[in-house]
Amino acid sequence: MEEVKPINIGDDQFETEVLKAEVPVLVDFWAPWCGPCRMAGPVLDKIAEEYEGKVKVCKVNVEDQRQVAIDNGIMSIPTLNFYKNGELVDQMTGVTPNFESDIKKKIESHLD
Amino acid sequence: MPDALYDVIIIGGGPAGLTAAIYASREGLHTLLLEKMACGGRVALTAHIENWPGTPDGINGMDLTEKFKQQALKFGTQITEFAEVTKVEPLEKAVQITTDNGSYTGKTLIVATGSVLKKLNVPGEDKFYGKGVSYCATCDGPFYKGKDVAVIGCGDSGLQEGESLLGFAKSVTFIAYRSFMKARQSLQERVKKKPNAKFLLNYIVTSINGNKTVTSITAKERQTNEERIIDVQGVFVYIGFMANTNFLQGVVDLDPVGCIVTNDDMQTSVPGIYAAGDVRSKKIRQITNACGEGTIAALAARDYIKEL
Repeated sequence: MEEVKPINIGDDQFETEVLKAEVPVLVDFWAPWCGPCRMAGPVLDKIAEEYEGKVKVCKVNVEDQRQVAIDNGIMSIPTLNFYKNGELVDQMTGVTPNFESDIKKKIESHLD
Repeated sequence: MPDALYDVIIIGGGPAGLTAAIYASREGLHTLLLEKMACGGRVALTAHIENWPGTPDGINGMDLTEKFKQQALKFGTQITEFAEVTKVEPLEKAVQITTDNGSYTGKTLIVATGSVLKKLNVPGEDKFYGKGVSYCATCDGPFYKGKDVAVIGCGDSGLQEGESLLGFAKSVTFIAYRSFMKARQSLQERVKKKPNAKFLLNYIVTSINGNKTVTSITAKERQTNEERIIDVQGVFVYIGFMANTNFLQGVVDLDPVGCIVTNDDMQTSVPGIYAAGDVRSKKIRQITNACGEGTIAALAARDYIKEL
């Protein structure tokens, strides 16, 4: 089976990929110049794989997609936004020592 | 694997720790490096490093430490990321290290945990983290295009990061706790020349205000107590660093500000435990001397193991 990876999305895909998704979506707002964002990357790859089918993980590179970041209230990166049924339901900023379990706790709280 | 005995355990995956790892594993020592987050250290917050020898065009901080990491892996260092050390216990000719996910025993330990930026500890700081409060101008500067921001702290870090913000923001107000700025003169001169730089000296920030995001800060003149509200949408905090040594209280000698005291061989007050990089008690904190100290610590650990 092919490995499940986070999906890179552009401004014009935000509505279809995130807001209209049938499962909760975790969106990672990041940029290549941001060290902590790059630290977060491998953890999100793992999350995407572990929650395959239950949660969709998307990535927005704010270097190219500044507008979608601004529209979603992003002022720091990395920020993870959690969307459910088209609504922003949770947010996490920065990388922590318990990053993976912190993300999982948030995800679990939004799964039915 | 609580039973594995390592020759060298290194805590911290910044330049000092990774250099120690390269040297130790290249010497054939069984080496484990534990990193609280992902490798990189504070250097990872710097977009462009200009004083790393051999890179005349400069280099991105994360790119640099990623190369360090690859080199340590190549020589056989075992690296465990997102493993925060909670306890260090010196044993007979060994040291026991406890993390959230298990414990490890090493013949020697090299502490290279570096330092973290101090927080202001004022109302609003935590509430608006990620909503106007930032500790990384490199990461977040572009979100403040055309906005007014404040930089708290006028040491080298504050002015350096503030200088990069001046390229994005409409205005940057630099706020110094003292009546003068501590940053090096050449940097001060450069920043002072910028038309969108403002300065408030001898002020203490007492709160960060806003609704959903930051709208202003309150600052007080330290002599007259005159209070000012400064309208800003961003606040960048650079009021100094704190050594990451909480887990070492009572284990090795620390100086009055919490940095680890060592001798010239990087040995701490406990034989077999070494320290390298920003966490050490010293004056100059640069990537180059962090690497130098990592080198010394690894080779001193090698010699110590020979004598065991």
